[in-house]
Amino acid sequence: MKAILEGSRAVAEAVRLCRPNLCCAYPITPQTHIVEDLSKMVADGRLEAGYVLAESEFGAASIVLGASAVGGRAYTATSSQGLLLMSEVIFNIAGLRLPVVMTCANRAVSAPINIWNDQQDAVSLRDAGWIQLFVEDNQEALDTHIQAFRIAEDLMIPVMVCMDGYVLTHTLEPVDLPEQEEVDRYLPPYDPTYKLDPDDPFTMGAMVGPDAYMETRYHVHMDMMEARSVIAKSADEFEEVFGRHRGGLVDAYEIEDAEVVLVSMGSVLGTMRDAVDGLREEGIKVGILKVRCFRPFPKDAVHDAIKEAQTVGVIEKDISLGLEGTLCSEMRAAFCGEESPEISSFIMGLGGRDITIDEIKKVARDLVANPACRVEFRALRDDLMKGDEA
Amino acid sequence: MRIFVGRRVKPGTTLENKTKSWRGKHPVYKQEECIGCQRCFMGCPEGTVYQIDKKKFDVNLDYCKGCGICAHECPVDDIDMVLEAGCEDPELG
Amino acid sequence: MTSEEGRVINLMEPGHTGCAGCGQAIGARLVLKAAGKRVIVANATGCLEVFTTAYPRSSWEVPWIHSLFENPAAVASGMEVALKAMGRYDDVKIIAQAGDGGTADIGMGCLSGMFERGHDILYVCYDNEGYMNTGYQRSSLTPLGARTTTSPPGQLSWGNKTRKKNLPFIALAHGVPYVATATVGEPRDLMRKVKKALEIEGPKYLHLLVPCVPGWGYESNLSVELARLAKETYLFPVFEVENGVITKVRRPKERKPVEDYLRPQRRFAHLFKEGGEPHLEELRRIADENALIETGPATLVHPPSP
Repeated sequence: MKAILEGSRAVAEAVRLCRPNLCCAYPITPQTHIVEDLSKMVADGRLEAGYVLAESEFGAASIVLGASAVGGRAYTATSSQGLLLMSEVIFNIAGLRLPVVMTCANRAVSAPINIWNDQQDAVSLRDAGWIQLFVEDNQEALDTHIQAFRIAEDLMIPVMVCMDGYVLTHTLEPVDLPEQEEVDRYLPPYDPTYKLDPDDPFTMGAMVGPDAYMETRYHVHMDMMEARSVIAKSADEFEEVFGRHRGGLVDAYEIEDAEVVLVSMGSVLGTMRDAVDGLREEGIKVGILKVRCFRPFPKDAVHDAIKEAQTVGVIEKDISLGLEGTLCSEMRAAFCGEESPEISSFIMGLGGRDITIDEIKKVARDLVANPACRVEFRALRDDLMKGDEA
Repeated sequence: MRIFVGRRVKPGTTLENKTKSWRGKHPVYKQEECIGCQRCFMGCPEGTVYQIDKKKFDVNLDYCKGCGICAHECPVDDIDMVLEAGCEDPELG
Repeated sequence: MTSEEGRVINLMEPGHTGCAGCGQAIGARLVLKAAGKRVIVANATGCLEVFTTAYPRSSWEVPWIHSLFENPAAVASGMEVALKAMGRYDDVKIIAQAGDGGTADIGMGCLSGMFERGHDILYVCYDNEGYMNTGYQRSSLTPLGARTTTSPPGQLSWGNKTRKKNLPFIALAHGVPYVATATVGEPRDLMRKVKKALEIEGPKYLHLLVPCVPGWGYESNLSVELARLAKETYLFPVFEVENGVITKVRRPKERKPVEDYLRPQRRFAHLFKEGGEPHLEELRRIADENALIETGPATLVHPPSP
């Protein structure tokens, strides 16, 4: 069924269709509309799930942990400060192998406090052991949440669906809402043997010492690596039921003969496609690599996609202060030991600053002029370069 | 088949760990004056004192750490604390 | 343990690595004994968690989860709501348990949330008056004057500077239907309160005093007696509140002087040195205030520390 929906609403509908047993969240801009939409669905009887309004994000994450521990399908959503506050629980959920699904409405992190979009929040938790998928538009947000539950429950690894705050959460786009029957066919009920139940008691969350902790982590890591093929396959399985081939690890646009490849995650990719069309008309052989699955990092797919390029520009909305953009570092790691194209880090769009088509074109033209590997903040304001405390 | 380590620990498995090696003394249940108050049975931190009859209790020495609570609590002095072979009574400050 | 020839079945089995004489081990074993097998337990980080679930072994014969330090109330909340949503809530009870640090300090937020939302959960606080598992540091439930590793007496200090935070009354302020205190000095009373609480629907708070052998500094055979003395000196009042009304106070048969409770514990030894009398006097005042529970709840809200 076609509808014009705000990203938040599309996500709420997707979650509802997946028949969660418990939804729980704490409001934080720009995730709030998701939480409010779910509340309205519960109030109208459209969503039959336990719904808890937590006292903090830390509480919310712990509540979904408990719900998943007893075998329930559990969902939460947050952003930025909330994600950082619940970070202890995030690591805990992954370590306990609970298939929780969460929406991260990507937002910049304090300080300074900033409620607008960038991807620092999710990127900062990449070590936690969650699968992290970055979506480009509202349809992908909707589809990815449905895939997320299935991927999570297959692997017993929690999944974080990352969507740009405000840009997607608060923007209306036409989407195709699947029917309940289709979702039921794609996503069977969650019925784990690993659940707390007096009929089959066991201890969850034991203290594991130096004699066994390494093996625990080894197996989680191995399952994360296997997740790459599960996620790659999920697009095909999704198409079988819903008729759309959406998903996978990476996506490419005009990359076959590209000398310059621009890479990014999330909603800016739409703008980048327009920029690339314009640049191609100028005769610049530029293409795009979309990284959709950030964790596990699709090393092989990335490697194969860009190995023929001369120079690669990673446009990213995050910075590992003291080094460079994280996606860039990880892309370089895909070429460990091998000869690689020059891979540069272009920090743009932090704190919600608009990334324009012109700015993207400038990046591409600069790379043509100078392909050497570098790290740059782009489109900074001259008038603030000397600070503001004079 | 997914492999996990440390995810599920079987219930009651500490029974494999016989903590009797911890103690310097152990209780002897004389079973002469017992009034069935159950203070020994309920006050044991290990849960290793057990009830045989209304006025008859004893201890499973596999787990007794020799804390002495049962002997101290018994209102009729029906439990004695006895040193383990080779142990000396320490002077506690 | 099997029950042939009258041997006890424990839902918290021996073979754990709790200290000899551990008051919390007594308390937890009794709580589970009273609660029965059809429970799911969410447990905070702390002594109890560490000494019962060191991989690859566990003492617990019931479904049990340890997540983090501050969140058993929230984990339990999620369990309760999900089980109800899945139609699996018929004959199961949910217990959340933590020490005094996990409850009164780091766990206050989640605890308050659980109370406020009215979840059907029994929360048990094992109060050994300090962060014992990490080396006997002070918590907000450490009594006035007590030595801990972060409130040591010295040239400029007589030990812990503040009174115990009044957790039972914080629970009452949330309007929960059942709040009670108990000690391992009176096991039957403790178990009765657990059973009673589990029959009531809604959030229940049970605050248990559980002496700690190394943290309090006493001979291991005194755990039960010290807990009893805490009640008999009124340094730990034992009472029950149902729907905001005090229904039972366990009055000491004969009220004892605070010294009887304090002297056997090394953590109060410095108060018996020269100059310590004003601090002992302060503790006597606290006991007197606690004794006023016999006449009504308003008197238990203590004045701010000097």
